[in-house]
Amino acid sequence: MKKQKKIRAVIYHVFCSALAFIMIWPVLWLCFSAFKGKEDIFQNAGSLLPKEWIFENFVNGWKGFGGVGFGTFFRNSFIVTVGATALSTFFSALVAYGFARIPFKGRGFFFACMMMTLMLPTQVLMVPQYMLFSKLGWINTYLPLIVPYFGGYAFFIFLCVQFIKGIPIELDESACIDGCGRLGTFFQIILPLSKSALVTSAIFSFYWRWSDFIGPMLYLKKPKLYTVSVALKLFADPNSVTDWGAMFAMSFLSLLPVILIFLLLQKYIVEGISTTGLKG
Amino acid sequence: MHKQRKNNLQGYLFISPWLICFLIFTLYPVCMSFYYSLTDFDILSAPNFVGLENYRYLLFKDRKFWGSVKVTFLYACVSIPLRLVFAFFVANLLSKPHRGQGIYRTLFYLPSIVGESVAIAIVWRTIFGKNGAVDSLLASLGIVTKYSMLGNPDTAIWTLILMSVWQFGSPMLIFLAGLKDIPETYYEAASIDGANSFQKFWKITMPLITPIFLFNLVMQTITGFMVFTQGYIITSGGPLNSTLFYVIYLYQTTFEHFEAGRGSAMAWLLLAFVGILTAILFSTSKYWVFDENGKE
Repeated sequence: MKKQKKIRAVIYHVFCSALAFIMIWPVLWLCFSAFKGKEDIFQNAGSLLPKEWIFENFVNGWKGFGGVGFGTFFRNSFIVTVGATALSTFFSALVAYGFARIPFKGRGFFFACMMMTLMLPTQVLMVPQYMLFSKLGWINTYLPLIVPYFGGYAFFIFLCVQFIKGIPIELDESACIDGCGRLGTFFQIILPLSKSALVTSAIFSFYWRWSDFIGPMLYLKKPKLYTVSVALKLFADPNSVTDWGAMFAMSFLSLLPVILIFLLLQKYIVEGISTTGLKG
Repeated sequence: MHKQRKNNLQGYLFISPWLICFLIFTLYPVCMSFYYSLTDFDILSAPNFVGLENYRYLLFKDRKFWGSVKVTFLYACVSIPLRLVFAFFVANLLSKPHRGQGIYRTLFYLPSIVGESVAIAIVWRTIFGKNGAVDSLLASLGIVTKYSMLGNPDTAIWTLILMSVWQFGSPMLIFLAGLKDIPETYYEAASIDGANSFQKFWKITMPLITPIFLFNLVMQTITGFMVFTQGYIITSGGPLNSTLFYVIYLYQTTFEHFEAGRGSAMAWLLLAFVGILTAILFSTSKYWVFDENGKE
């Protein structure tokens, strides 16, 4: 019996580690290719480790193209990502408080409207939004990528509503007795207690905005405004790319913030997905 | 009365940021998009009303449109079930306590975190492209192919399906949470009655997990029909339109051929389709989703 259990455990671990290796193989391949020379990448395509570690890839890649370096692209990505994330996290919580705690007329209707926007294909909005932003003169600015998040983000509003409903209402009531208004209750009771929902929203917002490609591609037409994803797409154009090592070095760097956040904060990610079914 | 008025005022104040943005950035564009779908519109000059012409053209004259519908269906109908079955299988593996399962969960989920990025799309393009890792792997097995996986119209879509299945992390985590919610006592009671692990799986786990299956199926279906970035970067629809996903064709129609009216009509057909599909999934769910409160 005991022996059988041991065999089972071994089979389990062999299977899981084999699967894990296959799963992360493409990511590892990218990490190591960042240090490979051009010949190494193609003639040695099947093997992971570089024959010779070439660190200049990072120096060469960082120079970028068209006279704009990757330093600028990273800065642009950070502006867009941090701006959109800060706005959507805070305003999602604010709006969620209204939906979760205040019994106003029309609440059910507007909540349903909000949930329906989750199902709306972004393609439906693409052309009219483009027209709207170009009329406002917002093309070639970061505004189209940031301003809409003043309204929060439907996924995160839903997440926060679920979370706030789990906070005992007695806390609100006692704050009310102590003379806190709605806004005071929100800032002093709800916001601090919703920390984990806020962190989850912030992490996912960071992912989605960081890897967003179609938005920046539509609205940013000048190289010095490009975000990392758009820059990488052009850098990796199969007809013009020459320095493959440098290109992979920059691809690797572009994933670094995402992977670091994942490894440090995965507790919140697991929690967020398990409770709301956020897509990753 | 006074209290209700105060609540109404406060409620609308709190949701006003969302409401304002919803009206300007969602509702107004949705209405405009429907109007554009009835016009001949090249984005640069004013739209010209043509009635249902765009819909008529797409549905009855445009073979490329139907080609993209077919490709998208193939992609969605293969990758979504595979992804869910795989996610469920792995979630079952991880649901029993084992040493190191936290690490496995992390590694299995990692691809879902990076999968949407341009960087990984480039990796995929290189691995499955000409002289890529897969080519050299096949060559070492003695299989020499004329085209790479991505260069061959018969195989290109399968590399994208593989990429989609590779990102099974999110449904896996949702299944995992669902499996952990099933009370241990159910299994214990079944053991006392002499059930084996196969019976326990079919009679307890499967029925209790069906609501989560439905949820995952709806979420994956909605997103499955809208894949863009990966296809756009890896193949941009080629070779020979064999990976021309619906939304990629929509994008090309709108922003590369400047047929924004026709593109909007495509967007509305997609919206109608996703709406109908979701409604069907929910309305048939009562036949296969187990309701724990005992109402059949």
